[in-house]
Amino acid sequence: MLRLERRPEASHLMSYASPAIAIVLMLIGGLFLFAFLGKNPIEGFKVFFINPISDLWGVSELLLKATPLMLIAVGLAIGFRANVWNIGAEGQLIVGGIAASAVALYFQESEGAHVLILMIIAGCIGGMLWAAIPAFLKTRFNTNEILVSLMLVYVSQLLVSWLVHGPMMDPDGFNFPQSAMFEDSALLPLLFDDGSRVNLAFVFAIGALLAGYIFMFRSFAGFQMQVAGFAKDAARYAGFSARRMIWIGLLAGGAMAGLAGMAEVSGPMGQITDQISSNYGFAAIIVAFVARLNPVGIFFASLLMALLYLGGEQAQQYMNLPSSISLVFQGMLLLFLLGSDVFINYRLRWNREVTA
Amino acid sequence: MESSILSSILFATIVAGTPLIIVALGQLIAEKSGVLNLGAEGMMSMGAIAGFAISFETGSVWLGVLGGMAAGALMSYLFAVVVLTLMGNQVATGLALSILGVGLSAFIGKPYESEILPTIEAIRIPLLADIPIIGEPLFAQQSLVYFSWALFGAIVWFLYRSRPGLVLRAVGESPSSAHSIGYPVIRIRYMATIFGGAMAGIGGAFLSVFYTPLWVEGMVAGRGWIAIALVVFATWRPFRVMVGAYLFGGVMVAQLFVQGSGLEINIPSQFLSSLPYLATIIVLVIISRDQNTVRLNAPVSLGQPYRPDA
Repeated sequence: MLRLERRPEASHLMSYASPAIAIVLMLIGGLFLFAFLGKNPIEGFKVFFINPISDLWGVSELLLKATPLMLIAVGLAIGFRANVWNIGAEGQLIVGGIAASAVALYFQESEGAHVLILMIIAGCIGGMLWAAIPAFLKTRFNTNEILVSLMLVYVSQLLVSWLVHGPMMDPDGFNFPQSAMFEDSALLPLLFDDGSRVNLAFVFAIGALLAGYIFMFRSFAGFQMQVAGFAKDAARYAGFSARRMIWIGLLAGGAMAGLAGMAEVSGPMGQITDQISSNYGFAAIIVAFVARLNPVGIFFASLLMALLYLGGEQAQQYMNLPSSISLVFQGMLLLFLLGSDVFINYRLRWNREVTA
Repeated sequence: MESSILSSILFATIVAGTPLIIVALGQLIAEKSGVLNLGAEGMMSMGAIAGFAISFETGSVWLGVLGGMAAGALMSYLFAVVVLTLMGNQVATGLALSILGVGLSAFIGKPYESEILPTIEAIRIPLLADIPIIGEPLFAQQSLVYFSWALFGAIVWFLYRSRPGLVLRAVGESPSSAHSIGYPVIRIRYMATIFGGAMAGIGGAFLSVFYTPLWVEGMVAGRGWIAIALVVFATWRPFRVMVGAYLFGGVMVAQLFVQGSGLEINIPSQFLSSLPYLATIIVLVIISRDQNTVRLNAPVSLGQPYRPDA
């Protein structure tokens, strides 16, 4: 019968092959899902995965959607490497977006680059403040950061809901729960003048990936966090400060998520509403895992995840399926990945029953 | 305060606490065996939509609850395969299960969004239900409220008075010793995990079939996570799970308190709605402040993969 046998050492090849296996399994799972829903699987596949990027506009939308994912995932990866589980990026994104919007609305009459610069700073600080809560509680009271950061997601959703129904509501907006549209000085400049919506935030995302790469692989703090992730006791023995890693891990994730929130309100949205995030904070967790917490991988995994978003929109438009089908694909991808990771440390062996 | 208001607040508190009790007790069993399943939110969501859809299509409440239970169990089976057979990371897999469950339930539930189920009559226990103030809250409740109490009794008996319960705890404390004296560690963990999933499914079905009774995307609203926090808060003891669940139930019906108090307070509804989440954080801080409390009570092998070498 088939059985799992421990490999003498972890397979390097499999740790890279496993995401590929997971993607293939997700695609196969998708074919079954479409068939199960009574749709033609090939047609569904085409609408979901091919159509969204069959023209230049589609590719630009892909980059637009991938931008917040890259930003958040690289920030999260820094913490995840040291087993600091910041699950609340969604909330940090929202608070970053709120802070940036406050700046934009305050400087409504103002021209000049300082508005955007202040919005960027506000976005990062907003996200960091929200992430500082679990960091403080973890380092001071040993409180589980997973549950705290997650609870704060719900709080932030209620906070933004209150703000756009109250203090931040557009006075001329017929009572819609949204702010006034931002002035041009509070909008991120577009990168291309061909009508696409890709903006400066994409450059930030690439910069963040580079900075993340340098931090992880070229800095001592990054090395310490790597060691702590692999062997907690070894890190403690070497005298690496666990508290410092918790702070770095959570603040990096918070700053990047806050920046992503700023990029949303200052980019494609141009205002703040209670629909500020499209689940990017959670999708980025999947991105970070699929990418093996590696910035190069995050680039590609973000594109894939962005494609799942676009595919969901297409499936809604052309196949009359709810757009939440994206979430189903996302969850499947992560689950398949975690399952196929077994082959990093184990291999399948066919052994005949030994009769004693 | 009028006694009828007090009575209705008590009533609402018990109803709001019920899904938390059912889900948290299920997770308690899974965690006692050493398995940390952070997928409760996803399993509850699947239980909620399965319960609603099946009740709606068949007209039978009980088929709905059974369906919810099956959906939760199936989700936890998926989790168990990944973490127990394939030795995946429990934290990440639980998270994946939550994301998958919330997404899949939203997807399946789309056609049911504008539907509503008939309200289910409460079961009045004659005479007892007529006791002033506490009669209605305790003895004129939905069947699943009584179920949650029976479940509590059964779990206390199982964990502390029965041999299989002892084995379960042994597996959670030291899987290698349990294995060496011949207990099937992996199979026991499978059963405990699936029990946890089944309870999460019933908890979800309670929300959509009895409590609201309708289906809205995201209606579980963090209750799965709160249930997980409750188990930590209760330091893995069933009685404290009950107390904690009713405390949270009370916080969740805070809006009712404010309305019932007759005071002219102008608090934004969003603030009141955020209280359960803030309370969860506060409670976690209080309990984990003293590291030893958690360390002494947590099952030793919680979250650790185990694979017998044989």
